[in-house]
Amino acid sequence: MKRWLPFAAFCVLLVFLYVGLFRDPREVPSPFIGRPAPAFVLPVVERPGATFSPEQARGRSWLLNVWAPWCTTCQKEHLFLMQVAATGVPVYGLNWKDQDREATAMLARMGNPYVLNADDRDGRVGIDWGVTGVPETFVIDAEGIIRMKHSGPINERIWKRKFLPLLQAIDS
Amino acid sequence: MRRGAWFLLGLALLAMEAVAGEARPNADDPVLEARLMGLAADLRCVVCQNESLAESRAPLAQDLREEVRDLMRQGKTDAEVVEYLTLRYGDFVLYRPPFKPETYLLWLGPALFLVIGGLAWVIATRRRRALPATDRLDAEDLRKAAELLRGESK
Repeated sequence: MKRWLPFAAFCVLLVFLYVGLFRDPREVPSPFIGRPAPAFVLPVVERPGATFSPEQARGRSWLLNVWAPWCTTCQKEHLFLMQVAATGVPVYGLNWKDQDREATAMLARMGNPYVLNADDRDGRVGIDWGVTGVPETFVIDAEGIIRMKHSGPINERIWKRKFLPLLQAIDS
Repeated sequence: MRRGAWFLLGLALLAMEAVAGEARPNADDPVLEARLMGLAADLRCVVCQNESLAESRAPLAQDLREEVRDLMRQGKTDAEVVEYLTLRYGDFVLYRPPFKPETYLLWLGPALFLVIGGLAWVIATRRRRALPATDRLDAEDLRKAAELLRGESK
C-alpha cells in the first residue's frame, strides 16, 4: 500500500497535466456573463448619419460579432456568419478599429450577414466590452443581459455545441 | 569585416531609437508616465498573456495604456483604474489576484504543500525513532563487538 503512494501521486499529477493540455489559455473568463450589456452609441456603417445602441436590439436574443476588415480569421468566419444570418438569428456587427475604412467595401464584396454594423473606430467600445482580439462573439438575451462570450471564429462545430443550445434555451 | 560590424551596430541603435519612439505616444508628463508604468507592471496584457501591460507592444496594450493615462489625467486613483480594468477584463488582468474564495487555493497552495511535506517529514522521523529496541546496540553488544575486533587484529 505504502509503496504505491508515490505512484498514485504521480498519476494524479499526470491527470492534471493531461487536462491542462486541452485547456485554451486564450479563453479568458468574461466578467460580463449574466450582466447587462455595456451601453454605447456608435455610428452605423451601412447608414451614414444613423446611430446604434444595444437598447435598440432588445426584445429578442441577438449576437454581437466583433470583427475587423483587417482580420483574416474574421473573413473565414464571415462565410459561416452568412449561414447563421440566413437561419434568422439577428447578428449585429461591431466593426472594431477599422482605421482604413474598409468595412463597406468588404461587405459589398463578400456579402453582409449583419443587421447592421456599429462603427467602433478607435476601439473604445471594444475595451468597454472587454474585447481582447477579433473575432469575438457575444450572445445577448431579450432583456439585454450578456449570456455568453466566444473568443475566436465561429464554425459549424462550435455553433452546434455552444450557440444553438444556449439560443434555444433562452428563447423558449 | 570590422566596418560591417559597425554598420550592424549602427542599425541596431537606429532600431532601438525607433522602438523607443513608438512605444510611448504622448508621454508628455513624466510623473504621470512613471505612475502609469508602475501600475501597469502589475497588470497583465490580455493579448500577450505573459507580458505585463507596461512592457507589451500589442496594439490593445497600447490602447489600454492610453485609456489608463486618460483615467489618471481625470484624477482617478490607482484603485479606481484597477477597478475599471477588472470590471472589463476580470481578475485575470491582475498579476496579484485578490484573496477571495476562488483564489484561496492559489494563495494558500504553497503553504498547504509545505504543511503536507512537513507532516510527512515528522511522521518519517518519528517512525525511525520508534524502531524496536532489539535493533539497537546496548553497552553489552558494543563490548562484545570491540572484543571481536581486537581478537581479529591479533
